[in-house]
Formats: sequence, structure tokens, C-alpha cells
Amino acid sequence: MSNTRRFAALAGVLGLVLALSACERPPVDSVQRGYRGTGMVQVYNPRTVEAQIPVNQPLAAAPAAADAGPRARDVFKNVQVLGDLSVGAFTRHMVAVTAWVSPVEGCAYCHNVEEMSDDSKYTKVVARRMLQMTQDINANWQTHVGNASVAGAGVTCYTCHRGQNIPSQVWTKGVPQDKRSDFIGNLNQSNAPAKSVAYASLPNDPFSAYLANKGSAGAIKVGAQTALPTGHVASIQATEATYGLMMHMSDSLGVNCTYCHNTRNFGAWDQSTPQRTTAWHGLRMVGSLNEGYLDPLANVFPAYRKGPLGDVAKVNCATCHQGAFKPLYGAAMAKDYPELLKPVAAVLPAAAPASDPLRAVLFFDVGSPALKGDQLPSLARVIESLKGAPTTQAVISGYHSAAGTLAQNQELAKKRAFAVRDALAAGGVAPTRVVLEKPQQTEANVSGEDPNARRVEVTVR
Amino acid sequence: MAEYLNLFTTVQVVGPAHRGVPLPGRDSPRTGRKPALWHLAGRLGNAQLGPIYLGPLGIASLVFGMLSINIMGLNMLASVDWNPIQFVRQFFWLSLDPPSPGYGLTLAPLNDGGWWQIAGLFLTTSILLWWARMYTRARALGMGTHVAWSFAAAIWLFLVLGLIRPVLMGTWSEAVPFGIFSHLDWTAAFSLRYGNLFYNPFHALSIAFLYGATLLFAMHGATILAVSRFGGEREIEQITDRGTASERAALFWRWTMGFNATMESIHRWAWWFAVLCPLVGGIGILLTGTVVDNWYLWAVKHGVAPPYPAVFGDMVDPSTLQGVKP
Repeated sequence: MSNTRRFAALAGVLGLVLALSACERPPVDSVQRGYRGTGMVQVYNPRTVEAQIPVNQPLAAAPAAADAGPRARDVFKNVQVLGDLSVGAFTRHMVAVTAWVSPVEGCAYCHNVEEMSDDSKYTKVVARRMLQMTQDINANWQTHVGNASVAGAGVTCYTCHRGQNIPSQVWTKGVPQDKRSDFIGNLNQSNAPAKSVAYASLPNDPFSAYLANKGSAGAIKVGAQTALPTGHVASIQATEATYGLMMHMSDSLGVNCTYCHNTRNFGAWDQSTPQRTTAWHGLRMVGSLNEGYLDPLANVFPAYRKGPLGDVAKVNCATCHQGAFKPLYGAAMAKDYPELLKPVAAVLPAAAPASDPLRAVLFFDVGSPALKGDQLPSLARVIESLKGAPTTQAVISGYHSAAGTLAQNQELAKKRAFAVRDALAAGGVAPTRVVLEKPQQTEANVSGEDPNARRVEVTVR
Repeated sequence: MAEYLNLFTTVQVVGPAHRGVPLPGRDSPRTGRKPALWHLAGRLGNAQLGPIYLGPLGIASLVFGMLSINIMGLNMLASVDWNPIQFVRQFFWLSLDPPSPGYGLTLAPLNDGGWWQIAGLFLTTSILLWWARMYTRARALGMGTHVAWSFAAAIWLFLVLGLIRPVLMGTWSEAVPFGIFSHLDWTAAFSLRYGNLFYNPFHALSIAFLYGATLLFAMHGATILAVSRFGGEREIEQITDRGTASERAALFWRWTMGFNATMESIHRWAWWFAVLCPLVGGIGILLTGTVVDNWYLWAVKHGVAPPYPAVFGDMVDPSTLQGVKP
């Protein structure tokens, strides 16, 4: 009998250890959000929430400066942003940016203090671009950040930076698994405890797949739209990749799936919460910022600031949210800095790929070698550059994904490259000036339907 | 008088070990010369261990099974750079995945699903051989083949998941990976992709049979333990020669719920519930993606899923709106 009792006690202790190590301890708060009985409930662990509170406190704004006197651009040299502010307001803004981004290093983090107008420090070039990005977000992405001049939160540098030079949560492309002879042991870009997907075994780089470009968020939608099969193609692998991104969102915002979705059908919009629409715009915003602002800074950042593959640190949901459903719990910091709410005045610099006249990236539909009409404008810019400089050549390289049979993919990439060559010829570029490169395979993609893999690049050399 | 009132058998009868019935000439001899008696095993079941019968089918099954498990294990070990410590630490995350969608039903390169195909083939072979062994051993003892057929029900679900449905869908990528978390993630992704498996009526039936089987098992086990003081554990004899144990057990259920199974039919109930669980579950998986693409919308169409008030107002997919930025 005593043996039996000892065994039962041992089993009990083991069970307790397991329960404590695998679960968060009670009590937790739950808040009903949707219609009763639908499980639309938010679960908050008060201890986790408490730990986040100090991280998500806004900074108080300095009193507004008088908008009188000469403009900053007329007084200081080399003022490319915020030049229409008064000298007082401009200085107030610079002081605020220092408190937001480099409170320890001060002005010298970006400026050569001997000659403030000097652009020799890369941080100054980056900061200027980031100011434009902030203005772009506040002016053009109010669907996600709200209209700060009315009642919305908007964004400032502090939304992400929180007093740090580099926002604490950014992403760069991970080092691909070293598969050695590529014979055995493929992790399939998943199956490892990764923070990016909240330690699930899901595909652990959802950012390259869905947040790198403006257009890549479209591939997130995987669920079937009709009751019976009607040709909707989305693999289980693609679903797992979307699932991984959703884990990142949930983890970044400190919310459950039910913050946006009615989980009885994740895809159904008619039962979703308004937050899902906000998130929908947010995903597109992040892709647009990474493509339009951060990636083009690749030549500005020094190597030690870049990721292992040499790409610039980019934003995802956690960069701003940092565990809160709204960054800084929705504190309206931006309204005190109206200069950040103005639309970007200057045209985007030539560094952005979309407007680069020397390079065009043309995307294709699945399995199709046909050049799409919406890709023609960027090609037209390249043709113009070629005509303007008769000694240059156009180098065409086709890319294809790593999924599928290599021979088929290479054939398709070749046909696509030919389509681009023909389009160049139709635009009046002599075939002798066109160089075709061997099709290149992009890194193995998680979904097998990576829209970014289906591309042809044209570079003027 | 010994009673079965505890989790463990408190009294063990120790006698000469039973070597089993003589085997026909074409069967190979049993493995192990002298059966062992192990007291601890006797606390849970029978104290006698062995003799085991392997035979050609058993040996072939074990060989294929071990090959399959080794392919899985070595792939997992290789994916952590042959580091045994990381293998243990990350074991629940590690996985051998099926080929990517692009390969369709072709043979994939070894390191992109090829190993999965080989491991799956070996595992299927091993399981089918083990089934044949179950069947022939039952026949050798002159028994019915009920155990083999209930095992076949489980094999049906296994084959639907890993062979039949992927072939119908035209791609091995629809199949389940070999790994602890990865197969659970597959399950969740499968339900997400095909619009919530809980609206699949065969999935619902499968759950009903699963819970039903455990309920029946609990009721039957409890009943027999409760009347063991009257000899109720001698179930087979009670079927034909109903004693006071059987009468009391029957009366108990008639008192409490007005109806009782008999000493014989309760086993039929339990067997069918257990067998129907994977049987209908397999049908549900087979129909997913092949016949029905979104079970939730299917359920709405057929009036199964109830509508709820739109508490959040009119929500529309922004991608369907004109002029939404971007």
C-alpha cells in the first residue's frame, strides 16, 4: 500500500511539473469582444501586460515653437526635409528627434558637430530618409495609423525607436540552412524553435515571404473562398507560412487570433473585427516601407549594421507594436509635431527601385511567360535610358523559384527573358545591345508560389 | 478472497508458465526458450513475458519499420548538424517533411521530400506486414480476426492521410510530415486551409465515436470491476451462464438508465465505436479538398452553421473595394 501511495505521489509531482512548465500560471483575464458564445474573447495575462507597460510609455512633448521668423532652409545649409519650418520649430524638432533616437549620443550621433550641414555620417542620411518615411506613413497610411491631425495616433520616430538608435525589434534575412552536400537533413525553413513565429515549428521567415515588398502581402490569403473546389490553389505549406506570419502578428500585438478573426472561419470578412481591416492595411504598409525606404538604403548603411546576408534591417509588426495592441497604447504623440503629418513634399529619390531608370523588375503570373501590361511602365523607363545612352547594354536575367522541376523552371525563365527581349526590341532597342544571362534560382521559398521568384530583371550597364 | 478494487492487481497467481498451443509444422518456432515471470508486469497485466512469435512477417515488418524510423531520425539528426544534444533539445520541433507542392506526384530529390517518400513507403510496408501478422496469428490460434480488422480501420486513416488523399489531390505535399510539432501544425494548417474541419460531418462523427468509445470503455470497465466480488471478471463464462454478477450489473444499468447491454453485446458496442472512429474520420479527410474546399461555407450552404448578429457592423474584404489604398 505504501508503495502504491509513493507511486501516486510521484506521478502527481511529475504531472504538476509538466503543467507548470508548459503553461502560464493562472489567473488570467478574459474580455469578451464578439457575440456571446462565439469564443470571441481576448485573454490577457496580467503579469505579461504589466511587464509591457513601462516599455510602451509616450514621451511628453516640448511646448510648440512660434511659427515666425525666417524658414530653416534659408538659415541652415543643406536642409532637405522640414525646411519650411521656422528656425525655432526646426530646432525643437531636432531636439525631439535626439530624445527619441539618440538620447545618449546626442546631436553627434548623426551630425558632424564641427559642421552640422555635413552629410558625412551615414546616420544623418538615414535619419533624413526616415523623416520622409514618417511623413509618408502619417499622410498616406492613415488606414493603419489613423489621422493624427484629427484624433488618430499617427507615428513619430519614437513609435519604433523608443530612445534607441536601432528599434529593438527589426528583421533581416536569416542565413539559409547550410545543407552541406544537400543530401540529408533539410529543415525546410521551419521545424526549429524560432522567436519569429512564437516558437512554433512553422516556416520561420514569414517576413521575406510576405513583408519584403509592397505586393507580397497578397499571397497571405490561403483559405478556400467557396464551399466546393473551384480551382483555388493554396498548398498546406503556403497555409503554414501564412500561419507563421499570423503567429508573429499575434505575438507582436499581444493578442489572440480572435482580436481580428472569428475563428470558426478565419477567412470570412463578414464576421471579422474592424481590427482586421487595420491589420490588412498594416501588412501592405510594412511591405511598402521595406521596399520603398529601407531596402534602398542598402548602400548607405555600413556593413556592421546589416544582416548576415547584407540586407538592411527592416520593419515588421513588432517594430512599432512591441507587444501592445497599439504602439504606446495609442498615445497621440504625433499631433504635437504637425511637421510630421505633412505629405512628403519631395519626389522619392532615385534610389527607390520603382523609379530607377537603370533597372526594371518585371513580375509574371504563375506558369505564364507573358509580359503583363502593368509591368510595361517600368520597362519603358529602361528603354528611355537605353536610348539616351547608346553605348550601354541591357542585361536580362530571369529568376525562378526553387520549387518544382528545375528543367521546367529554367525553360519558363528563359521564355520570360525572351518576352522581355522582344518587348525591348519592340521599343526600338537593337538586339545586339541585349545580353541574356543564364536563369537563376532564387533561395528555396517556403510556399512554392512565391510571387517574387517569378521575375525578370533588366539592368542597364 | 482476492478482490479487484485497486488500480493494480494486488494478488498474483504464480504457476507453471504457459508455453502456448502447439503450432502447425509450417510455422517457425517461438522465440525465447523459457517464458519469464516479472512481478511488476503482473501488477499491470499478466506476469508472464513471452514466448513471442516473430516469424517471417514479423521480422520483415520490424526491418522495414526500423529502416523507416532510422531515415526519419537520421534526417532529424542531420538537420541539427549531427549534434546529439540539439537533437534532444529540439526533438519536438524536428521533422521530415513531404515534398514541396511543385513536385506533384513525381519522385522528389532526396533532400526535398525524397527521404519522406522512402520513409513513408517503408513505414506503410511495415504496417501492412504487421497487419498480415496479426491476421495469420489469430487464425493460427483458431481465433476470430476482430483485432486485425480493428487495426485495419486505423490503417485506413493512415493510408488516407499519407497515400490516398495526396494521390487524389495530385501532390505529395498534401501529406503529413513525420515530426511531433510539425504534424500538429499540419493538422491546424489543414483545418485553416479547408475552412475549419469542425464543420466536416464525418469529423464530427469521428469525434462522437472517439468519445463514445472511451465512455463505453469506462462504463464497461467500471461495471466489471464493481461486480468482480461476485466473480464478474469471468466475463466469458457469464455470457453463457449468467451468474449473480451479471444479473446485478444488468439490474444496476436498468435501474440507472433503463437499459442494459449484455455481457456479450457490450463488447460489440465498444468494438464498433472504436473501429468507426478512424473509419469515418478517414472518410472526412478523404472528402476534404477533393469534394469540399471549405467546410464552413459548406455548412452554411446546408444550414448547419448558424448565422450570428454582425456586432462589428458591415465588414468587407478591403481587397474587393475599389479605390482602397493600395
